Amino acid sequence: MGFISTARVKSPWIMHFETGSCNGCAIEVFAALTPVYDLERFGILNTGNPKHADIMLVTGCVSFRAGRVLRNLYHQMPGPKAVVAIGVCALTGGIFHDCYNLAPGVDKVIPVDVYVPGCAARPEAIIAGTVMALDRLAGKAGPPNIAPGEPRRGLEEGRVVEIAPGNSDK
Amino acid sequence: MIDNVVPVTRETLLAEAQRLADGGQRLISATAIDQGEYLEILYHFDKDLKLTHLKLEVKPGEEVPSISRVYFCAFIPENELKDLFGINISNIVIDYQGKFFLEDEAPRTPLLKSKPPEQGDPREVAR
Amino acid sequence: MPGRTVIPFGPQHPVFPEPLQLRLTMEEERVIDAVPALGYMHRGIEQLAQTKDYAQNVFLMERVCGICSFMHALCYCQSVESLLGIEAPPRARFMRTIQAELGRLQSHYLWLGLVADACGFESLFMQAWRNREMIMDCQEAVSGSRVTISTCAIGGCRRDWDDGVLQELTRRLDDVERSMDAIAPVFFEDPLVKQRTVGAGIITKQEATLLGAVGPVARASGIVEDMRRLGYAAYDELDFKPVVETSCDSYARMIVRLRETFQAINLIRQALKKMPAGEVLNKWKGTPEGEAISRVEQPRGELMYYIRSNGGKNPERLRIRTPTLSNIPSLVKMLKGSRLSDVPVIALSIDSCISCTER
Ligand code: SF4
Repeated sequence: MGFISTARVKSPWIMHFETGSCNGCAIEVFAALTPVYDLERFGILNTGNPKHADIMLVTGCVSFRAGRVLRNLYHQMPGPKAVVAIGVCALTGGIFHDCYNLAPGVDKVIPVDVYVPGCAARPEAIIAGTVMALDRLAGKAGPPNIAPGEPRRGLEEGRVVEIAPGNSDK
Repeated sequence: MIDNVVPVTRETLLAEAQRLADGGQRLISATAIDQGEYLEILYHFDKDLKLTHLKLEVKPGEEVPSISRVYFCAFIPENELKDLFGINISNIVIDYQGKFFLEDEAPRTPLLKSKPPEQGDPREVAR
Repeated sequence: MPGRTVIPFGPQHPVFPEPLQLRLTMEEERVIDAVPALGYMHRGIEQLAQTKDYAQNVFLMERVCGICSFMHALCYCQSVESLLGIEAPPRARFMRTIQAELGRLQSHYLWLGLVADACGFESLFMQAWRNREMIMDCQEAVSGSRVTISTCAIGGCRRDWDDGVLQELTRRLDDVERSMDAIAPVFFEDPLVKQRTVGAGIITKQEATLLGAVGPVARASGIVEDMRRLGYAAYDELDFKPVVETSCDSYARMIVRLRETFQAINLIRQALKKMPAGEVLNKWKGTPEGEAISRVEQPRGELMYYIRSNGGKNPERLRIRTPTLSNIPSLVKMLKGSRLSDVPVIALSIDSCISCTER
């Protein structure tokens, strides 16, 4: 591995964005960053700036207004990048699936690489999910939770586009 | 059942609110309930752990005066009523024009039982 | 006259764990006007609740907010209980009190950490969150889960605790208190924290009433207002006084919360001592009818549930009024006239919880 890709995998910066749900998972993401669980021991650093981030942790069932911001943030991140969806809300809308103000699931808006289930997802699971995303950054593994050959759909500039597996960085 | 309910009309609402404000009551919130023919709006007030409610009945489309000139904090529940029930509240101090909670894609007046006709399911469009 | 600029503060901002936008109208470094822009986390729970039955709604209400999830379940259960005309058994009422106070403890510690972070005091932030983990362990010991604990049910609590759980809790409480003693003086006295908070975001007693301030914001302005005095759960049998401060600024709000953490430990100890034996869940049948209001004191202030039912399977209307919604007008008032660099601390000082607010 070259210098850049080593640095990227050894010290990825993460950004957390909450897209509108009960907050339980958002708080667990913070808990995973603080001393007891200590995600930072993997060289991971939390940042608020999308242009500095390599991994985006997304929690929450995507409400329409937050979805717009989420899409913006995703497009501002430089590639290669990975997205980790945390909590059943972020996976499918979970308990809020039938609410009127959301597009249930982060993958309806942006492509997702790692899915972490749980309501709320435990900090251990969040750490495991983030470490899985490191493989994705290193280019070793394709998106783990998607069956091979299955096209993924995302929303780009308001229209639905097909995103081929492993090709979401453009 | 809740007690201490004072019925008001659209004309007397402001005066009643002013009277409660002078009495040092705190506005908790406003709740609307869809009763089919009309909408019932309850304004909840509290002083020393005792609740008082003002009850107002309005027909759809009727104009309701805002009490946010008396209680500044009323702008939040009033904008909510405007969003979720489509109640026509005039003169709110900060008026979000029905965009307080809801984005363009979201359905209008989601808490009304008799929905105005819509153009398809907005969630399908967004996908 | 200097020109005016509008700065959008948020929605993605490092000091907020959740998306909230403040549109600040600035004149050089001063904030002239602030307009909150919400709606990033609105889901429409009130509408969803009308399509689910009473028992299912307990789980939905827990997920109105992940930080104070137990309080939401408690308030909802109380409102349905008063519709049904039943009461929780005495032991369950004490269990509810203990869990509510544990929730308050962890929520206040979460906030203390965030405020330390906003002051630029990273080590204090980490330490506060480390303490919080000890409280989370207590919560896990009594309920088996960290966030949405699902122990409250209509008519009482879902599961009884045996003596082992109680001993474990008592033992852990000592550890928690020791760790709190270690960092509380920093918040009370440290010049760094004081410099950022003293005099920031003043709101007087008269203003606070008219703006509908609740919880620590109201109590920091000298208003004695604490819904626990209503005596729900077991609070009528415990001995406590609302914590009130009078300096009306962000520092006072911090002190109120700090003192409440010690009060919470005290209340848990009292409850553990007085807890009677017996049943924990009353069975109930039928469909409730009528309307009811239930109020509890959340970590952030007064939470109100209004429920109306016409005898059907689902509630006809469920209205949730959360404390942050009441404190946002105060925030707007506080921000006027402040400096841009103080905005993060002031905005945090109301301890906004956006997912509650927008439901
Ligand atoms: S998955 Fe559950 S705990 Fe997590 S944000 Fe959603 S509702 Fe809350």
